[in-house]
Amino acid sequence: MIDVCRSLPIWLIPALPAAGFVVLALVGARFPRRWVAIVGAGSVGAAAAATLCTAIGFLGRPPETGVIEERLWSWIDVGSFEIGFNLAVDALSLVMIFVVTFVGFLIHVYSTEYMADDSAYSRFFACMNLFVAFMLMLVLADSLFLLYLGWEGVGLCSYLLIGFWYSDPANGAAARKAFIVTRVGDTAFAIALLLLYKHAGTLDIQAAMAWAADNWAVGSGIAVAVALLLLGGAVGKSAQLPLQVWLPDAMAGPTPVSALIHAATMVTAGVYLIARTHVVFELAPTAMTTVAAVGAATLLLAGCSALVQTDIKRVLAYSTISQIGYMFLGLGVGAWSAAVFHLMTHAFFKALLFLGAGAVIISLHHEQDIFKMGGLRRRLPGVFWTFLIGSASLAALPLVTAGFYSKDLILWAAWSSDSGSPWLWAAGAGGALLTAVYAFRLVFIVFFGDERGHVERRPGLLILVPLTVLAVLSVVGGFVETPSALGHVSFFFDLLDPVLPPAHATVAGHGTEVLLQTVVAAITLLGVGLAFFLYVRRPAIPAAVKASPLGAWLCGLWLSGWGFDTLYDRIFVRPFVAVAGLLRADPLDEISSSVARVIAAGNSALSRTQDGRVRTYAFGIGLGAVIAVAVVVLT
Amino acid sequence: MSLADFVPFLPEIFLGCAGFIVLLAGIPLGRRGSRPVIALAVAALAATAVLIFLVGRPAAGPQLILGDMLVVDQFAVFFKLLVLAASALALVMAAGYLDRAQYSGGEFASLILFADLGMFIMASGANLASLYVGLELMALSVYVLVGYFKLEVKSNEGAVKYFVLGAASSAILLYGISLIYGTTGSLDLETIRVTLAEVPHQNFLLLLGIALVAFGMLFKVAAVPFHVWTPDAYEGAPTPVTAFISVAPKAVAFAMFLRLFAGTFAGEVEHWRMLLWIASAATMIYGNVAALTQINVKRMLAYSSIAHAGYALMGLVAGSDAGTWAVLMYMAVYAFMNLGAFGFVILLESRGYAGERIEDFAGLARRHPGAAAGMLIFMLGLAGIPPTAGFMGKLYLWAATVEAGYIWLAVISVLMSAVSLYYYFRLVVQMYLKEGDAEDESPAEMLSDRWAGAAIAVCAVMTLAIGLWPAPLVGWAKSGLSALGLV
Repeated sequence: MIDVCRSLPIWLIPALPAAGFVVLALVGARFPRRWVAIVGAGSVGAAAAATLCTAIGFLGRPPETGVIEERLWSWIDVGSFEIGFNLAVDALSLVMIFVVTFVGFLIHVYSTEYMADDSAYSRFFACMNLFVAFMLMLVLADSLFLLYLGWEGVGLCSYLLIGFWYSDPANGAAARKAFIVTRVGDTAFAIALLLLYKHAGTLDIQAAMAWAADNWAVGSGIAVAVALLLLGGAVGKSAQLPLQVWLPDAMAGPTPVSALIHAATMVTAGVYLIARTHVVFELAPTAMTTVAAVGAATLLLAGCSALVQTDIKRVLAYSTISQIGYMFLGLGVGAWSAAVFHLMTHAFFKALLFLGAGAVIISLHHEQDIFKMGGLRRRLPGVFWTFLIGSASLAALPLVTAGFYSKDLILWAAWSSDSGSPWLWAAGAGGALLTAVYAFRLVFIVFFGDERGHVERRPGLLILVPLTVLAVLSVVGGFVETPSALGHVSFFFDLLDPVLPPAHATVAGHGTEVLLQTVVAAITLLGVGLAFFLYVRRPAIPAAVKASPLGAWLCGLWLSGWGFDTLYDRIFVRPFVAVAGLLRADPLDEISSSVARVIAAGNSALSRTQDGRVRTYAFGIGLGAVIAVAVVVLT
Repeated sequence: MSLADFVPFLPEIFLGCAGFIVLLAGIPLGRRGSRPVIALAVAALAATAVLIFLVGRPAAGPQLILGDMLVVDQFAVFFKLLVLAASALALVMAAGYLDRAQYSGGEFASLILFADLGMFIMASGANLASLYVGLELMALSVYVLVGYFKLEVKSNEGAVKYFVLGAASSAILLYGISLIYGTTGSLDLETIRVTLAEVPHQNFLLLLGIALVAFGMLFKVAAVPFHVWTPDAYEGAPTPVTAFISVAPKAVAFAMFLRLFAGTFAGEVEHWRMLLWIASAATMIYGNVAALTQINVKRMLAYSSIAHAGYALMGLVAGSDAGTWAVLMYMAVYAFMNLGAFGFVILLESRGYAGERIEDFAGLARRHPGAAAGMLIFMLGLAGIPPTAGFMGKLYLWAATVEAGYIWLAVISVLMSAVSLYYYFRLVVQMYLKEGDAEDESPAEMLSDRWAGAAIAVCAVMTLAIGLWPAPLVGWAKSGLSALGLV
């Protein structure tokens, strides 16, 4: 069994969704919807099966080096520059492909029902399959070049799917915004790759990391520069400060897209990138501190914004930004495995929440305003219970949810790690309060209280089954790694150990750990209680706060995501547009257009040589022969 | 010469017999259009390929046969298979075209087979005499093919111009061969190579001979200033013939060029390199600049094919292993892209005429999105944009040129590639951004021709596949090197 699994080619995993894309893109429009659904969801399901098989092979007989490499072909081989098309599976990519294929498969199944009425059914599944293929390429890549290719590929799919309903210009604008803002980060990433190549002479991940560890001193300028540029790429893709502005607008895409791309997988690629290149970050303590600071600031700012949103998807979008902030906090204090653990549990519960939100939205005929919902607990019991579990996991309700275990590890590392500090811990704990409040605010407003919307249709099995599976994962997904006071299961960290070193901790005291866990648990429960008090018992209080001048100002600020859009509009967009307007009639263009004029003049001169007369031609050939002889004899 | 010598020669013997059989079979089969006889010819090409695999491959190292007239090596096999693929694709594209124009397919297919036989001998000639015979067999077949539409003035005009200039260039080439024979005393390539090392390098007659042979080769690959026949012949010829002659004869002309200059005359490289440098630069500049304003797509592609010969010449200038296999690779890549592009010109019909004008492509993306996407692939490929094969081909040529130190030549080719985007994308703009003539009641339409469609699809798939997965072709092209005694 294990041998069979080990012999399964890894390239099948990205190739299956890619094949699905090719089929759907070429002939999908002529397929009946049923076939489109089978190809679309089936190809990802097959990739999930292949992942399972690879996982069995990997866990059953772990490779000695910790990596299964698969050399496919040499793509570019010029001089000393060689780019291979090679894949590698280690524990980190195994976790990632597991999340991408399984969560991806559930979301595809859900989409077959969710998108059933859409006229561009096959285009949707074609793009989704292409996304999964690129995402798998990103996490399986053996070289940073291939990783970058997947990175850009998922960006393209994100663009195509945010603007999926392109007939509304607002959606097109949101898609462009997402593409352009992430491109700022991508540019930094590309420069990081060029720097790394210039110094290490290779883009092969393992070789480049080994080279960096051997040749760069801790804290050296080049290591810090490369780490900060990589961080630039990561904050763009993962919507962290200061490039977080695109993600809330990205909610313009269909809800399964938000679940898959803008919650569970693509936006966590930045976390993956930093974990993958952690060697460089360990050489750059300044960059590590920056990562932690970015994470802490982002999780607080986004948490505040999530508190006041009225669009159900925007609440979840800010929550995603905030939770990825936790992951960055974990990365910044060297708790690599904890960050990847939170990435996994977050993928489960955030996909669940988005899919639940999607089920609510179509039940109410595309209503997204939470204040036009309410009392849905009785109308949509299946959605309610799963959404409740997802929210509990997001809020990190102690002991029973996956979110608790993963967030707890990050907070403990923020306190105890060498690069941690009580301040980082306090930011995380404050974020925990915000998370609990906004998560349960959503539950109470949408599912409790009076019925305000009219339920038009009830979700079918294809929606409820993925919700249930994700709900189960949102609970049990945390039991693969528990703290020492709670059974001390360490399956997950043991798995990742060969790839990601454990956090360095000196102040670790068992008593402190339990004390801090209790404090965070209390804060979480306090947050849930506060949400219950404010949104069920005394809804007048938030209304009154909103009505006060300070409250109104703060609400407006948070609603707009701290005004970053306006700020960027003032300092980047408008000056850019103004400069572009100036350059439009700029004499600088004359330089390039004069080249075109010279070429055009050359063209008319050369055209005259082709006059159609054989004697002219023969003369030209004869002259050419004389020149040829002269050149050969004289050189 | 023993009977065993004929065994590796079986593919050529078979091809020659097939040419006669197809010619005769065309008479009874011709009553049902050209498709049956073209199917027969394509089957013969496939059988030839099988024969090459069975007996026509070198067992170990190059093998001289038939009194050292021909050599069987990996280098020749590469070009023979390329010729077979290009001929088969061109024939399949031609079937419907000939039927529509009401010309018979038998003579057409048999001329292609005879041209292929000539090209086989050019690819594996080991003696200046056999090379010349192969070249003339190819050239005579092609002159007739260009003038195949005997009732059309342009077809006749193209054929006559091509023939007159071709005959003149053959005379000059022969004169060059005779000078080389006179100074070295041999027509055998290996003997000449060995003798050259002993002859004083400044021997005027020898250099004159080399210059004139270079002239003949530059004429065949249509390099500036010996390209003058190309636009008229390409525009006048029936489109499938244009597709064929822009690909297969050019490829084997490069094969012969490489065998002579990268092999036999390699010792004299310092004398001919400057000539090829100038020819390469002039060809790239002329082809690309002259293509800019063409309004006829066939003529535009004719200038484009001149430009591509200029790119490939860079590999010869580099004069290294990398340069040589880059030429092999580029010829294969260019074959699929160019055949595909001409395939669409074959299929486009505008008000009962062939859609050869640029405007005929207007609005095509709306009416035939699949065809427009295919044409886009070929235009991207010819312009050398990744991830198409065209980019990979140019990348290796550039790498070889830069490595050999000819940076300026590489710079010129990059700049000229940028210029080429203008005319390739003029077609793309027409297809995607123009609405098509509003008053025009019947805008140009793609004919539905399953045969040609399938051939174009093969070209499109190859253009993308080689771009993404070049390794097999690269490996194969590299395997052709050892034959030239370069490695």
